[in-house]
Amino acid sequence: MRYIRPLSIEDAVGELAKAVGPAAILAGGSDLLVRMKGGFIEPELIVDIKRIGGLADITETADGFRIGAAVPCAVLGENKALRKAWPGVVEAANLIGSKQVQGRCTITGNLCNASPAADSVPALVAAGAKAVVAGPSGKRTIAVETVPTGPGRTSLAKGEIIEAILLDKRPEHAGDAYLRFIPRTEMDIAVVSAGVNLTLDDHGAIKTARVALGAAAPTVLLVEEAGQVLVGSKLDEGTLERLAKICAGACRPIDDKRGTIEFRRKVAGVLARRVAAIAYKRAGGK
Amino acid sequence: MNFDPRFSGRKFASVGTRPIRPDGIDKVTGRARYGADFNMAGQLVGRILRSPHAHAVIKKIDTSKAEKLAGVKAVITAKDLPDLTDGDAAMYDILDNSMARKKALYDGHAVAAVAAIDARIARQALKLIEVDYEVLPHVTDVDEAAHHHAPLINDQVFTEGLEEKPAKPSNITKRTQFGHGDVHKGFAEADFVIERSFKTEQTHQGYIEPHACVASVNADGTADLWVCTQGHFVYRQHCAQLLGLEASKLRVTSSEIGGGFGGKTHVWAEPVALALSRKAGRPVKLVMTRDEVFRASGPTSATSIDVKIGARKDGTITAAEATLRYSCGPYAGSWAEIGAMTAFACYKLENVKTVGYEVLVNRPKTAAYRAPSAPMAAFAVESVVDELAKELGMDAVEFRIKNAAQEGTRSSYGPVYGPIGIGPTLEAVKNHPHMKAPLKANQGRGMACGFWFNFGGQTCTDLNIGMDGSVSLAVGTVDVGGSRASLSLVAAEELGIDYSHVKAIVADTSSLGYNDMTDGSRGTFSSSMATISAARNAIKILRERAAQMWDIPVEDVVWEKGHAIAKGEKHGNLSPLSLKEIAAASGKTGGPIAGHSELVADGAGVSFATHICDVEVDPETGSTRVIRYTVVQDAGKAVHPTYVEGQYQGGAAQGIGWALNEEYIYGKDGRLQNAGFLDYRIPVCSDLPMIDTQILEIPNPNHPYGVRGVGETSIVPPLAAIANAVSNAVGVRMTHIPMSPPRILAALDAEREG
Repeated sequence: MRYIRPLSIEDAVGELAKAVGPAAILAGGSDLLVRMKGGFIEPELIVDIKRIGGLADITETADGFRIGAAVPCAVLGENKALRKAWPGVVEAANLIGSKQVQGRCTITGNLCNASPAADSVPALVAAGAKAVVAGPSGKRTIAVETVPTGPGRTSLAKGEIIEAILLDKRPEHAGDAYLRFIPRTEMDIAVVSAGVNLTLDDHGAIKTARVALGAAAPTVLLVEEAGQVLVGSKLDEGTLERLAKICAGACRPIDDKRGTIEFRRKVAGVLARRVAAIAYKRAGGK
Repeated sequence: MNFDPRFSGRKFASVGTRPIRPDGIDKVTGRARYGADFNMAGQLVGRILRSPHAHAVIKKIDTSKAEKLAGVKAVITAKDLPDLTDGDAAMYDILDNSMARKKALYDGHAVAAVAAIDARIARQALKLIEVDYEVLPHVTDVDEAAHHHAPLINDQVFTEGLEEKPAKPSNITKRTQFGHGDVHKGFAEADFVIERSFKTEQTHQGYIEPHACVASVNADGTADLWVCTQGHFVYRQHCAQLLGLEASKLRVTSSEIGGGFGGKTHVWAEPVALALSRKAGRPVKLVMTRDEVFRASGPTSATSIDVKIGARKDGTITAAEATLRYSCGPYAGSWAEIGAMTAFACYKLENVKTVGYEVLVNRPKTAAYRAPSAPMAAFAVESVVDELAKELGMDAVEFRIKNAAQEGTRSSYGPVYGPIGIGPTLEAVKNHPHMKAPLKANQGRGMACGFWFNFGGQTCTDLNIGMDGSVSLAVGTVDVGGSRASLSLVAAEELGIDYSHVKAIVADTSSLGYNDMTDGSRGTFSSSMATISAARNAIKILRERAAQMWDIPVEDVVWEKGHAIAKGEKHGNLSPLSLKEIAAASGKTGGPIAGHSELVADGAGVSFATHICDVEVDPETGSTRVIRYTVVQDAGKAVHPTYVEGQYQGGAAQGIGWALNEEYIYGKDGRLQNAGFLDYRIPVCSDLPMIDTQILEIPNPNHPYGVRGVGETSIVPPLAAIANAVSNAVGVRMTHIPMSPPRILAALDAEREG
């Protein structure tokens, strides 16, 4: 096994592109090291990206925020501007694992691990976040929901690295939120989860809405119909019921050790209602 | 030995205080040495190959490729652990469980092992071992296994305890029955009868420290074993017998223990580590992974229990009956028998009958888990008791008080009780402010009682007085819950000196006589008795030495508050001699001063507890939070109240996890699906409220200080208390443990759909 710590994204991409055996990218390592210790993977090359310039920074730009791929989730929680603009994304990132794990893990890693139950991903999808991908043929920017293609699988090609996650600048009257269901209070993984991102018009009616569900299908789901049903409403009871029904219907869950199909469908609807109400309140709706 | 163990009603100076435990600083600074913290020069890494099949004949094992891998120093299979058990069926089962001989009997059953120079090579070597399996049909569910069509796990098993020996083999190894009176007559006298069936899923003790040991078999045939265990003397007996060693040639040293709760009363990988070391000629460290701990140590039984209780309108129970089926894993056990004994132990019953069936399944061998078998039986019985109280229109506590066992009651399992604590715990609960606290919407309160036998057993202790007057106490019961502190308090009490001058250690198997393991809540009960006896023997010598120093008859010397006192007017001018002064002179008065004790600690008083629990259930998700919890339990005498409270809280915490989320989940393929702490959901700190405790002290007449064991009873009532609370919160009677959110939501939906 070879461990390298390149100082530029180009070097990292170059090493990954020419790797012969299995290669892995190391940022926080909260998934990678556990999988290695458990004997599930034995990479021949590990590329540590933490020393690459800019990857450990959160930058506020004219367009919004750029979150480097090596920024630990705990650092997201310590960034006041980000917390104010995207409280749903930050609360999702700060639910992963435990306090100790949050000091290491990253939202980019959470996205690339491609677990349908990843906590930060539904919030990022609802937020309309984008990923900046560096690869052998240059850079491209893609919607985060196009990254995971199935459990443990991504659309990234050989040699590609996500170097940052981009979040838009927030308009007035905007709010997002994330909720997950776990049988415990922490140190657990979502049985089902929901993220909602809303903007309101000056009268408090919903102008735009994005709803995403986690652990409800092989990948995190962007439920466009659920967003549409919210638009124009002030979250009256009828709208919330339709939202819950659409979300329950959009699920394609499985029966497994963490929950049943029936349970996941029901609770997806319940969480969607609850999280929409939180996002609405954060956006200034009453 | 002229030791008088009877309760004396003395006043205490040290016992009942709360000093800091001697092992505390090392534990909080990370310096304490647990099983995996011991190392030897030249030590190898041991790893075990485990069956991926729930049930399979092992046709052939080819280890040749693994043996050729550079860095591999030994590869073993069952052939390297020849059968030396000489017809001892229980020992044969331990041997077969350590390393499968003919069949793999569960997912995770050991089939081969390697010792290599590092973990990576050991892992590679495991991949090179070729095992040819013939996969057989399997059964993991206790009810399915008890069915006569189920795949047979062992065709030599014919149910014991039936009137006639059955003609066909079965997965039911044994039937046992307890009770007295005539239940048919009793039910005929009842105005109300409730009958229900319950299931509980298999749970693991969930100790944080995995099994770990270093084994070193020497060229001269002697051996050493450093190991995390609840009973190093028992490990020595078992390992010596399986390896063909004389017990005295195998020295076992117990490490600090990161939890055991019954799961470390049994050898698992230790004989394998010794066999590897014997073959490799080098020390071998073997540490189980968490996955291995779940798949291949000893969880508790899964159960299926039917309960029927009848009562008259006035609230008198007229009859009680239970049938209990407990899973044993693939080897015979007595788990249902214990469930059948404990089920109705809290009550005074004229007519009672319990029947237990031990059921083999393709799961890991069942081991003890804190008051083994009692929590499941209590869950079933206390749920029906609660429901019956409702049916009668009686308060749940009053109904139990009316039927509670008391001194002189013939217990449902046979013996007649001496002074016991069930009535007082119920009275304390009735008057506890928790019972009157207001509840909000979706909240409910439940209570339940629990019983555990407690055990005494063989115990051996040494007490040595140094020339500076400080005291070393060597005990043979592993300290699982603060017993070194408690036993130091007892030595200080008896000798009349300060706690700070006593240092207790757990001695290895070559330094002390045989001790039974720390189980049955016996650690402090039995070793305190032996410590008192050893201290009294030392005091006898201290008096003799003082008499010698004063040149007076020893009969004129008494021991009071750490001093020899010359009694009688003729010695009026002699100032008392302190323990320190006598110790300082010991070199000139006959040499070292010590007290020894070996005894069987009889008379462990039975133990009772009553718990109160408030829960809040989210009716939309089925999620349950325990919001308040109170434990009331009889301790006899709390030697170190903080650690008694710790035992009460710990049992309740484990019970809460068991009640709400913990369970072994098997796939249709017979493989364990959740062999890790991510998906085997024990509670984390934030899942629990502060667990309040109330210690009652109803002295055990068979212990000088009145001590009863306290470690286990606290896990008996929680399943039932929480089930009763959930039922009171949402109006649905939950009959399947754990009451996980999907189960509660499904039950609520079924109720709503009517």
